[in-house]
Amino acid sequence: MPRAILGRKLGMTQIFAADGRVTPVTVIEAGPNFVTQIKTLEKDGYTALQVGFGEQKAHRLTSPELGHLRAASVKPLRRLQEIDADDAGLNLGDESKVDIFAEGDKISVTGISKGKGFAGVVKRYHFHGGDMTHGSMIHRKPQSGGATDPAHTLKGTKKPGHMGAEKVTQLGLKVVRVDLEKNLLLVKGAVPGANGGYVLVEKRTR
Amino acid sequence: MHPLIAEIERSQAKESVPLFDAGDTVRVHVKVIEGGKERIQVFEGVVIATKQGNVARDCFTVRKISSGVGVERVFLLHSPRVDKIEVTRRGDVRRAKLYYLRSKVGKAARIKEKRFVNTKVKTSV
Repeated sequence: MPRAILGRKLGMTQIFAADGRVTPVTVIEAGPNFVTQIKTLEKDGYTALQVGFGEQKAHRLTSPELGHLRAASVKPLRRLQEIDADDAGLNLGDESKVDIFAEGDKISVTGISKGKGFAGVVKRYHFHGGDMTHGSMIHRKPQSGGATDPAHTLKGTKKPGHMGAEKVTQLGLKVVRVDLEKNLLLVKGAVPGANGGYVLVEKRTR
Repeated sequence: MHPLIAEIERSQAKESVPLFDAGDTVRVHVKVIEGGKERIQVFEGVVIATKQGNVARDCFTVRKISSGVGVERVFLLHSPRVDKIEVTRRGDVRRAKLYYLRSKVGKAARIKEKRFVNTKVKTSV
């Protein structure tokens, strides 16, 4: 069985346990994934599986994309992703579903974090900022760019700039529930990215 | 909210819960586990706020005066720990949230009783 599945984050809710305890969960529409390409040592120099997820209208794909999917005899897919190869012997066009996970499994989820735009240092690096009052004229400014002796700002100095919209992996999350019928995976806690964003769920914790 | 999430929340809802709002006096039967044993504890007081999220997140705050000290508890409407809710009195109030009761004591903290009420039971979808 593959060790990862490509899915879509639907949003968060909470689940009651029998004793009334509440667990915050993220609902992920996980799969089904279709094998679109098998990379082999001989042909590609390394081994991997390429899987696809999500229905797409054929006219939204380019003809090279369509040809690639036709070679695997799968319907038009929205998103492709390379995952670790395994010895399960999946063939081209085979389907993998959310039942590769079980309740209680430790997993990691990778997604694209929400973009924050051009952010200042208080938001971006958790600088404390200056006083808002008492005559202070430095509220959320970054202050010193470094010592005067080097005569230039050192590389890597924390400055305002673009924040978010980057690949983030959250490790050590726990599977709370698996719904094979609806292809749903309920994961305890939050997962990177906005609702509707694509996420890769993997069976690894580091 | 995504329809699949709404479905998950609906599946956790109780079949029916009484209809009540801020100002009403309720008796909440809560399951408590003490020393491995489960028993029912009743918390009676005035509902000072109800919050509607979606089904699984609906909650309400009950306030009572216990030996001279104000005590507030927040309950999740559909929690399995909330065994039963009885509405004992309907209050006539003009506000949705009665947080002002916190600063009132004695006579000032009274709530008028509503004369004509609709006692239909709310059934969750």
